[in-house]
Amino acid sequence: MSKGTLFDKVWEAHSVGTLPSGQTQLFIGLHLIHEVTSPQAFAMLRERGLNVPYPQRTVATVDHIVPTENQARPFADTLAEEMIRALENNCKEHGIRFYNVGSGRQGIVHVIAPEQGLTLPGTTIACGDSHTSTHGAFGAIAFGIGTSQVRDVLASQTLAMNKLKVRRVEVNGDLRPGVYAKDVVLHIIRKLGVKGGVGYAYEYAGTTFEKMSMEERMTVCNMSIEGGARCGYINPDTTTYDYIQGREFAPKGEDWKKAVAWWNSIRSDADAEYDDVVVFDAAEISPTVTWGITPGQGIGIDESVPTPDSLPEGDRSIAEEAYKYMQLSPGTPIKGTKVDVCFIGSCTNGRISDLREAAKFAQGHKVANGVKAFVVPGSEEVKQQAEAEGLDKVFLEAGFEWRNAGCSMCLAMNPDKLQGDQISASSSNRNFKGRQGSSSGRTLLMSPAMVVAAAVNGSVADVRELM
Amino acid sequence: MSQIKNISGRGIPLAGDDIDTDRIIPARYLRCVTFDGLGEHAFKDDRVQTNGQHPFDRPEYQGANVLVVNANFGCGSSREHAPQAIRRWGIEALVGESFAEIFFGNCVAMGVPCVTADAESVETLQGAIAKNPQTAIAVDLEKMEVRCGDLTVSVSMPEGARQSFLNGVWDSCGQLVNQRDAVRETAAKLPYLAWR
Repeated sequence: MSKGTLFDKVWEAHSVGTLPSGQTQLFIGLHLIHEVTSPQAFAMLRERGLNVPYPQRTVATVDHIVPTENQARPFADTLAEEMIRALENNCKEHGIRFYNVGSGRQGIVHVIAPEQGLTLPGTTIACGDSHTSTHGAFGAIAFGIGTSQVRDVLASQTLAMNKLKVRRVEVNGDLRPGVYAKDVVLHIIRKLGVKGGVGYAYEYAGTTFEKMSMEERMTVCNMSIEGGARCGYINPDTTTYDYIQGREFAPKGEDWKKAVAWWNSIRSDADAEYDDVVVFDAAEISPTVTWGITPGQGIGIDESVPTPDSLPEGDRSIAEEAYKYMQLSPGTPIKGTKVDVCFIGSCTNGRISDLREAAKFAQGHKVANGVKAFVVPGSEEVKQQAEAEGLDKVFLEAGFEWRNAGCSMCLAMNPDKLQGDQISASSSNRNFKGRQGSSSGRTLLMSPAMVVAAAVNGSVADVRELM
Repeated sequence: MSQIKNISGRGIPLAGDDIDTDRIIPARYLRCVTFDGLGEHAFKDDRVQTNGQHPFDRPEYQGANVLVVNANFGCGSSREHAPQAIRRWGIEALVGESFAEIFFGNCVAMGVPCVTADAESVETLQGAIAKNPQTAIAVDLEKMEVRCGDLTVSVSMPEGARQSFLNGVWDSCGQLVNQRDAVRETAAKLPYLAWR
C-alpha cells in the first residue's frame, strides 16, 4: 500500500470518515459541472427534496453541446437549447456560478477551471466527465464521476470512494524535436495498455515532466483515463505556482504565502512508497499516431500498422476489429494514410500553447486540397488570446477554419461531425468507433503539430519534415 | 432502499474487450435532460451495423437480465447514460472479466452489481448461454458465484461494493447527507476553503 505520496496526503486530509460499506466519505473541494451530466442530478435532488449546501464550491460552464459556428440563441438544435436552459435554470435556482457562452470565460470545463485559478494543488476535484484527470497536473486529486455521484456532491459536497493504489510513472530525459506531451502520454498508454491503470492513480514523475509547462502537464494528466487510471497527477513545483499566481481565484497576499507552504508540504515525500513503479526514457519516444480504435493502439510515425503476430495474444482480437473498422492493413506504414478532416482542439490540446505550436507549422503552408481543417480554441479566453497574437490569421491564411470555443468534434455532440467513413487527424483524446459523430467515422490521434502536418500533406506526415 | 443478494433470470453474452461507453450509448443520444428512453438506443451503432444480429436484437435474448461481457467493459467516458441505457434495456447485473472503474461505480450507484471472473470462466459462461439461451442464470452475491445450468463460476467484487448491495446501502446519497457535521469538521481543517 502506498505511503507518503501526494495522493495519500490529499486523500487523508479530505477523508470525512468510513461509511458502513467500508468506503471512504471524501470531501470534494471543487465540483465542476456542465450541461450533459448534470440535469438528471438536479432532477434527483428535486425528487429527494435535497438542497446544495456548498454552492460556492461548484462552478458550471457549457461546452459539449455548444455550436462552434453560429452561437446565436436559441441554438438551432432544440435539444441542445433545452440542455443549456436546464443548466441556466439549475445554476440560478441553487446559486451556482455559471460561465455562459459570451461571458468571456466560457469554454471546455477542463480548460477554464485552471485558467480562472480554480484548480489548485492539494484539492480534490470531481466533475461528471472522465477527463477531469486533467486537473491532476496541479497536484490535485481529480477524477471523473457519473451523474448519481454528481447528485451526491451537490447534496453533500462528498463522495463515497475506494482508495486507489498509486503507480509512479517516471519519464526522464529531454524529448526529441517534434515530440510533445501528447506523444509522451500516447507512448505511456501504448506501453501500459488501456486497462493497465484500472485501480491506480498515476503519479507522473521524472525530469521530463519537471521540465514541462503546466499546459503540457495538463495534456498528460488529461489522458490518464485513456490508460484506465481514474486520476493522474504531478507534484506541484514553482512551475505550478507561477502559473497560478495572479489568476482570479488564486489565493492572494498572506493567503498566497500560506498556500505555497501547504502545497510544498503535500508533495510526495522523497521516501514515499508506491504500489508500483515504471520508468521510461524520453529519448525512446517518437511522434506518435494511433492507428486503431483504442488510444493504446499507437505507433511511432515511422512504424507500420502492427501485424497480429507482433502483438501479445491478448491484443489480437481488438487489433482484428481495428483493421476492419479502420480499413487499414497490417504491415502498412501509417505515414501517408490519407486524411479527410483535421481537427485541432479539445481538453487535451485546445490551449494557447497548443495553438501557438500548431500555428508555427501552419505559417506559410496551405491545407491540402479536399481536406477540411479547423481549429477550435478550448475557451473564450484562449480564443481572445490567440486573436491578440494573430494566430487566427495564420490559421485562416493557411486554409483552416477558425471557430468558437467548445468540445466540438472531440465527441461530436454539436454540429461538428465526421461524415460516413471519413478519417480524421485529431488532437483529441479518443479514437473509439463512432466517437467523432459518424458510426463509421475513423480517428487518428496525434499532437496538434502533427495534425497540421497531416492537413498540409493531405495524409499522415512527420512534423519534423516541416521543421 | 432494497438489499440486492441474488439476481436470477436469463443471460445474454456480448463478446469483445474494451467496449467503451461511446459504443454503449453514442454521444448524440446524450442530448437529453432525463435518462428516459435511453434503453432503445443501447449499442445503437453496433446494432445497426450488425443488421439485427447484435445480441441486444436477437429474439432469443429478449427478456434477458444478466449481461456477460469480456475485459475492460465500459471504458472511456464517465457518462452514466451508458449503464442507464443498459439498465433500461432490462439488464440487472453484469458478469465480466473486468470493468472500467467509473462505469463500475456508476453501476453501484444505480443498484446494478458487476462481478468479475477469470477470462476462461467468462468465455465458458458466454458459450453456455449461447448454446442454450433459455437456461436459468443466477448471480449470487452471498456465495459470490454465478450459476448457469450445471455450470458454477466463482466470481469477485470489491468487498465495499458487495456489502453495500447485501446491506441495501448502495445508494450512498442519504448516508453522505447525514454526515453534515463531520463534513463541516473536515472542511474546517482544509486551509484552502478560507481562500475563496
